[in-house]
Amino acid sequence: MAQEYRVLLEHADKINPESAADYVKVGGYKGLEKARSMNPKDLTEEVKKSGLRGRGGAGFNAGMKWSFVPQYPETKYVVCNFDEGEPGTYKDRIICQKNAQALLEGMAICGHAIGSNNGYIYCRGEYPFVVEMLKKAIGNAKESGALGEFNIEVRMGAGAYVCGEETALIESIEGHRGEPRFKPPFPGVEGLWRMPTVVNNVETFACLPYILTNGADWFAGIGAKSYPGTKVLTLTGDIENPTYFEVPTDYLLRDVIYELGGGVKGGKKLKAVQVGGTSGAFIPPQNIDTPIDFDSMSAIGAALGSGAVFVMDESRDIVDTINRIAKFFEHESCGQCTPCREGTHRCKEIMEKINTGRGTLKDIENLKVLARVMQKASLCGLGQAAPIPITSTLEHFEYEYLRKLM
Amino acid sequence: MDIKLTINGKEIEVPQGTMLLDACRKAGADIPTFCYDPDLKLAGSCRMCVVQPQGWRNLVASCVTPAQNGMVIDTESPDVVEARKVVLELMLTRHKLTCHTCEKDGDCNLQDYCYRYGVTESRFEGKIHNLFKDDSNPFIERDYDKCVMCTRCVRACEEITGARAINVMDRGYHAHIATAFDGELEDSPCVFCGQCIMVCPVGALTSKIAAGKGKPAQNEKVLTTCTYCGTGCTLELNVKNDEIVGVTSNRDAEWSPVNKGALCVKGRFGWDFVNSPERLTTPLIKENGEFRPASWDEALDLAAEKINGIKEKYGPDSLSMFSSARVTNEENYLAQKLMRAAIGSNNVDHCARL
Repeated sequence: MAQEYRVLLEHADKINPESAADYVKVGGYKGLEKARSMNPKDLTEEVKKSGLRGRGGAGFNAGMKWSFVPQYPETKYVVCNFDEGEPGTYKDRIICQKNAQALLEGMAICGHAIGSNNGYIYCRGEYPFVVEMLKKAIGNAKESGALGEFNIEVRMGAGAYVCGEETALIESIEGHRGEPRFKPPFPGVEGLWRMPTVVNNVETFACLPYILTNGADWFAGIGAKSYPGTKVLTLTGDIENPTYFEVPTDYLLRDVIYELGGGVKGGKKLKAVQVGGTSGAFIPPQNIDTPIDFDSMSAIGAALGSGAVFVMDESRDIVDTINRIAKFFEHESCGQCTPCREGTHRCKEIMEKINTGRGTLKDIENLKVLARVMQKASLCGLGQAAPIPITSTLEHFEYEYLRKLM
Repeated sequence: MDIKLTINGKEIEVPQGTMLLDACRKAGADIPTFCYDPDLKLAGSCRMCVVQPQGWRNLVASCVTPAQNGMVIDTESPDVVEARKVVLELMLTRHKLTCHTCEKDGDCNLQDYCYRYGVTESRFEGKIHNLFKDDSNPFIERDYDKCVMCTRCVRACEEITGARAINVMDRGYHAHIATAFDGELEDSPCVFCGQCIMVCPVGALTSKIAAGKGKPAQNEKVLTTCTYCGTGCTLELNVKNDEIVGVTSNRDAEWSPVNKGALCVKGRFGWDFVNSPERLTTPLIKENGEFRPASWDEALDLAAEKINGIKEKYGPDSLSMFSSARVTNEENYLAQKLMRAAIGSNNVDHCARL
């Protein structure tokens, strides 16, 4: 039987996440010590070699991202993306609440690699209690001397989903409207306050101490080859065990649902599973024998994303679910670019029409055209990904739409 | 260093750092834009200028994408055309389609691009927003039911005028242009320069003073220099039946070297005096408490006689000259010359000193 494999959460509930001393007892801050004994270039190479890829959703090689940061500017920033706005995702909160010091250590390791002593954690506004805890953890780590010269400040979001997009997050820290910037320039070159900035997810940073302590090869040997390591997943929806798990990345989606998750709630049949948050594709039961890693998920037209796993049983109405999702994106579009600002609104209108039995085949045709243009022409990932639930359900569950038409 | 790329089958060379939009235009491609403005910071948000780089999954907004060596670009691929049509239809769905009475009829990007791509109506249903702003100011009409949210007005207000009177308010579909707390322009830092009207690509922002007097696209344009001050801004007079019916901006630096089209409230809106029946057309001389028309010779002779009389009786320092910022440096020079050389007094002053 497939098992959990805990790295980040190995000492969950056994140590006080606020206490640097507790963390040191279980081997903490060794990674930072090792990192600081290396020159920044070698450190970046080591992280590259580990194959660590972004855990926030985009899956970009972390070491590669760091290597884009130019050495010459004096001021650079390490920003932790803790916006965690994907509905059904709470793995970053769990990592912080169980192992906050690993996050701080990871940020300091990155700081050494890019030559920065300025860290920011951008925490979603709905987690004020985690912010308090993080501030204590930072204070404790600073006092203990573990972080050395590296400083970390916590900033809070105000509830905008799009502020999980790294450039919108940067705008938000700067005090502006949370709107994504066009890229290039990428944050690595021009980020926070227009200075070079690395933005990584909580989970990505939290992997770093273990990579440094145990070596890049150790990490590269865990899970899927092209997306190694572990992944913290959060299960929601019609599932017996709606909780979080840490698994190696070659873990099968079927096992997530039926082994760790204990199967569909009430012994019902599985209708669909949505992985990676609200913008993820709906995966039909015939595709769940797929490893959860980034590339395997992409290969079936889905996305690992943030690692949220939303299970829907046979009684669920797909069109009604998509209608709610369309409403969500209409609400969360920042309003900057035309395809997303207007498109998410029209998607919602058309979905409402179909869901209330007033739709026609023409509406489905329009939905497809709109989805295509939003994916191809929107400014940021939000507009590009917002139609994915629609297109994936039109692909796998078209009959659910057709039966609601006029 | 120059880079090479192929645009619509044509190979061109551009300097490194050139944006695709400029490269495409250099190659002769006609790229439609709403939010792009060469004098403002880039926004990349209207997505009208999207083009297809060969081998890329998505389209790119050419105004904010740097050209890369070896790129192969199609500016009218089926995907590009579909995206532009859908963007136009999305704009049309929320647009108050009153072109027949619109001041911008004939000079409107939305009209032009819909014509170009044959977009007669939108496939999407929906209502307009009802965002018309009944703003009591006498100068600027704000009809946001015609707005395409390009934010050029916001950027012009900040970057050209520096007033920062307006910005985007609310989010997503409900995003719209507003002053702080969505109040009236009069209660904002707005200085009514009308730079927002100058950059608006559609009919959302128009002049109340010129409204109904003639659509700018149909008016004869006469370039002249503003007489309100010594800055010497170029004005583009809109002339219809030999009457001035409006002022618009000529933004070409060659024709408008001083201001590149930017104006102040007086230059843009203060021209209606020209045809006023109350305007003086001859000098007037007051006799027995009443003004009567006079010739210039008669009036100047009278003035010279009185000035000389005062000078003889009380001395040159009993006279002083008060000059105006509305005249040029050269004219001000002549004014002080008249005072010092002809009258013999240093009593010269100027309204701009107050």
